[in-house]
Amino acid sequence: MTDNWQTAAIIGVIAAMTMITRGLPYLLFARKCPPPLVAYLGTALPSAIMIILVVYCLRNVAWTVAPHGAAELISVAAVVVLQLWRKNTLLSIFTGTACYMILIRTAFPL
Amino acid sequence: MKAFRFALKQIIPLIFAYLFVGLASGLLLHKAGYAPVWAFLSALLVYAGSMQIVMVTLMVSGVPLYMVAVMTLLINARHVFYGISFIDEFRQAGRGKGQGWKFPYMALTLTDETYSVLCALRVPAELDRHQVQFWIQHLCHMLWVCSCTLGAVAGELLPVDMTGIEFSATALFVAVVVNQWREARSHLPALIGLASAIVYYFVLGPDGLILPALSTSVVALVLLRKQIPTGAMEVEHDR
Repeated sequence: MTDNWQTAAIIGVIAAMTMITRGLPYLLFARKCPPPLVAYLGTALPSAIMIILVVYCLRNVAWTVAPHGAAELISVAAVVVLQLWRKNTLLSIFTGTACYMILIRTAFPL
Repeated sequence: MKAFRFALKQIIPLIFAYLFVGLASGLLLHKAGYAPVWAFLSALLVYAGSMQIVMVTLMVSGVPLYMVAVMTLLINARHVFYGISFIDEFRQAGRGKGQGWKFPYMALTLTDETYSVLCALRVPAELDRHQVQFWIQHLCHMLWVCSCTLGAVAGELLPVDMTGIEFSATALFVAVVVNQWREARSHLPALIGLASAIVYYFVLGPDGLILPALSTSVVALVLLRKQIPTGAMEVEHDR
């Protein structure tokens, strides 16, 4: 029983803290309209955030040892080229992922 | 239900990522000896992939609760930056009789992936944009709850080797970056983000980069705000 309480407490704490990080911007600007600087950040920040997330996703790639992240680089390049060419997000993601899954099984085994 | 169908189409790229990562995190919890109900509850209430995977480690290692709280705040602090772009949007979505709960619900279910889908979202004029946003978030949330629970109940029975499917999240982020790049009037924000992420990758190592990179980008964007025109150009967009 104590084990269950402990598990519930951990999940509860993690859920509460996650909700705080997600809810904070709304709590800060609950009553008033966000000031111009925050509104500006709301439009300028997404481009910075998304590219940081891409780097973050690739953070565990072993760049210094062979094959130097070749599977990741080729698959990312495939997504970029397809997205520029066909402008179809679903097609780009599907092809890029398939490319990666094939490469790590054939040319560059993990 | 046009909004529902349009939303469903927008999240197709996400379905694989959510299904696979959800199954994996449910399975992890099961293997650590926890009942499926905990996978269900954490998916429903925490709803953050990387955090739920760290959670298993925290549960097993018996770290004190205040440390659990601090670690969660550190790992999830990036969410603060996501919300900034949607304050007005979600508030509007919560207007109207009986709709008030949608504001907190949408605020609290904004994940890395749904954030990127909403950033790339262009809704046709005949549909209600807020309804589409709500369905995107709600469908993703329910999909996550189902896949985490399923992973805990039946993850071990999964027959096929799906290693590498998690790359679909990376591919989604890359596709959104390309869209943003094409539409942006200034490439400075993207370049600032890229530069700071790479600098902190080398300075602090792979796992410590995200929060410093986000904070530095905010400071740089504020300092350079005179140089950065906001708003996107009107360009043709994807189907």
